[in-house]
Amino acid sequence: MKILVCISHVPDTTAKIQFTANGAALDPAGVQFVINPYDEFGLTKALQLKESQGGTVTVVTYGDASVEATLRKALAIGADDAVRLDGVPTDALQVASELATYADGQGYDLIICGQESIDYNGGIVPGALAAKLDVPFVNACIGLEISGSNATLLREMDGGKEELTATLPMVIGGKKGLVEESELRIPNMRGIMTARTKPLAVTALAGAAATTSALSFAKPAPKAAVQLIDASNLDELVRRLHEEAKVI
Amino acid sequence: MVLIFAETWNGQFKKSTFEAVRYGAECAKAQGSQAIAVVVGSCEPLVETLGAYGAAKVIHLKGSDRFEPHAYATALSALAAELGATQIVLNGTANGKSMAGLLAAMAQAGCISNVTALPSSFSPLTVQRSAFSSKGIEQCSSQTACTVLVLVPNALGTGPAGSDQAAAEDRNVAFVGKTTPGAAHVASGKIPLPEAERVVSAGRGMKGPDHWGMVEELAAVLNAGTACSKPVSDIGWRPHSEHVGQTGIQINPQLYIAIGISGAIQHLAGVSGSKTIVVINNDPEAPFFKAADYGVVGDAFDVIPRLTAALKAHLN
Ligand SMILES: Cc1cc2nc3c(=O)[nH]c(=O)nc-3n(C[C@H](O)[C@H](O)[C@H](O)COP(=O)(O)OP(=O)(O)OC[C@H]3O[C@@H](n4cnc5c(N)ncnc54)[C@H](O)[C@@H]3O)c2cc1C
Ligand SMILES: Cc1cc2nc3c(=O)[nH]c(=O)nc-3n(C[C@H](O)[C@H](O)[C@H](O)COP(=O)(O)OP(=O)(O)OC[C@H]3O[C@@H](n4cnc5c(N)ncnc54)[C@H](O)[C@@H]3O)c2cc1C
Repeated sequence: MKILVCISHVPDTTAKIQFTANGAALDPAGVQFVINPYDEFGLTKALQLKESQGGTVTVVTYGDASVEATLRKALAIGADDAVRLDGVPTDALQVASELATYADGQGYDLIICGQESIDYNGGIVPGALAAKLDVPFVNACIGLEISGSNATLLREMDGGKEELTATLPMVIGGKKGLVEESELRIPNMRGIMTARTKPLAVTALAGAAATTSALSFAKPAPKAAVQLIDASNLDELVRRLHEEAKVI
Repeated sequence: MVLIFAETWNGQFKKSTFEAVRYGAECAKAQGSQAIAVVVGSCEPLVETLGAYGAAKVIHLKGSDRFEPHAYATALSALAAELGATQIVLNGTANGKSMAGLLAAMAQAGCISNVTALPSSFSPLTVQRSAFSSKGIEQCSSQTACTVLVLVPNALGTGPAGSDQAAAEDRNVAFVGKTTPGAAHVASGKIPLPEAERVVSAGRGMKGPDHWGMVEELAAVLNAGTACSKPVSDIGWRPHSEHVGQTGIQINPQLYIAIGISGAIQHLAGVSGSKTIVVINNDPEAPFFKAADYGVVGDAFDVIPRLTAALKAHLN
């Protein structure tokens, strides 16, 4: 089975997010970048499928040279090879177009994306990629079994889950549940050493245009100081929730 | 015109649908155009009643009772093309999010998701959205003739925007999907995140899964959904579908009550959009108090039952 895992290169979840002085963009100074947490679940699932059924796992990121450290980490975790689509994306549909152009005709049986990239929180790339490749799509995927070219899946829906079946090739938008937290892999020394010699191809873009643009970014207004309420006087909390906050 | 996906579940409009219709109606009004809602499959209430939220017309597509993202996106993009939609409005429910990217690609539309306000301009379409897991507020504009807007549930509220009944039109459509949905397992009687207007959430401070009865009682009194921190779902005390935060469900309720949750940055990232936050924690130094509107320093096992009783007394 030929598996492609699409990886977004994002600020670590503990990063303090700052914007450049004019508010035009993220200020990357001092920010540690990591594999998008949703994509870590997908990468692990891909490696498990490869181990049980044979095949290859390729990771791809559309980004400039700064994303290569993230791709190397994915190689150290166990991917066979990496591809970098060379440029700086600014929009989800542009990312989906470039990924589709790259993947089209390569014969991937399964393309695993994350449900969402925790930087721009678009949640758009996976579905747009499936539409462009004209293949089945399951979002918020929390379970995946493959037998031959048949996939049995579980997706999260509001307040529950749904079972589905589909035929490969397909695209999924995955999340925790695809594998459990405890199954995630940390690169070991051998992995890190072999990652250095695994192929990382740099591919030119097809030149897809962005459809949206970020005009400015700002931080949310800070909260006012907390009003502490004595634990012995919960009627007062109820009163404030009713009269002040007007939420009950 | 503005096209709105009026999502239903079990033959009823979802609560977020009223919000989406109202949003679409406001967009239409600002552009001097028309808001048309699309209902798919069986729907118990009269579809005309969406007029109360500002829809001028409702197109009722018969032929499918089961959500399938490709099939729904195909039907909506065909309608958008036929009617010349300038915006397609979806709510950020599980199904809305499943369909957004497909629909945008099919309609050759730009897509702005996580939308938290009405557009500030329509030429070019410019709207506020949340980014970096609520750590940033972005002003985003679209360069395409048609734009898909995906709303954050609960960001705008559902106040009525019109008073008339909408015109209704039935159509039969052949829905062709690419996946085959099987059994759905949805807990009945629970208020699904992220639509819940009130959420009661608990963390590792609850010590074990057996203690969730009191959390559920508190939630029931408030007509609230229940949520939990990530470790609680990782250990299996609660289902994954309740995990909120940066890597879980992101919520924006009117009221968020966090009990025995320390307030780690990844947790706050998914809940800080809540209008009012109440924190109950026995450690006065818990970081969550810095992000709270109201705080109670106390033992959860003592505070929860008494808060439930106080709320019951108030709500009666
Ligand atoms: C150096 C750099 C600077 C950037 N600056 C900006 C910017 O200013 N504005 C902006 O909007 N975007 C920027 N991006 C791109 C951004 O990281 C996202 O790739 C893009 O915006 C799509 O985000 P999304 O939130 O819509 O993705 P989502 O749709 O939420 O992503 C879902 C999934 O799609 C896949 N995916 C997403 N992005 C990529 C990718 N680039 N490569 C491979 N797979 C991917 C992953 O599997 C991910 O889990 C930048 C990227 C880099 C590397
Ligand atoms: C990549 C990554 C992603 C993550 N994503 C998320 C996410 O999406 N959501 C999330 O929640 N976390 C996430 N985390 C985990 C996060 O960092 C914290 O570890 C987690 O939120 C802590 O959960 P907690 O508050 O329940 O537990 P703890 O941090 O152990 O806090 C328990 C709290 O309960 C209080 N307490 C104890 N006993 C009582 C009592 N009797 N009465 C009242 N209070 C009591 C304690 O004072 C303490 O503040 C993520 C971490 C990483 C690394």
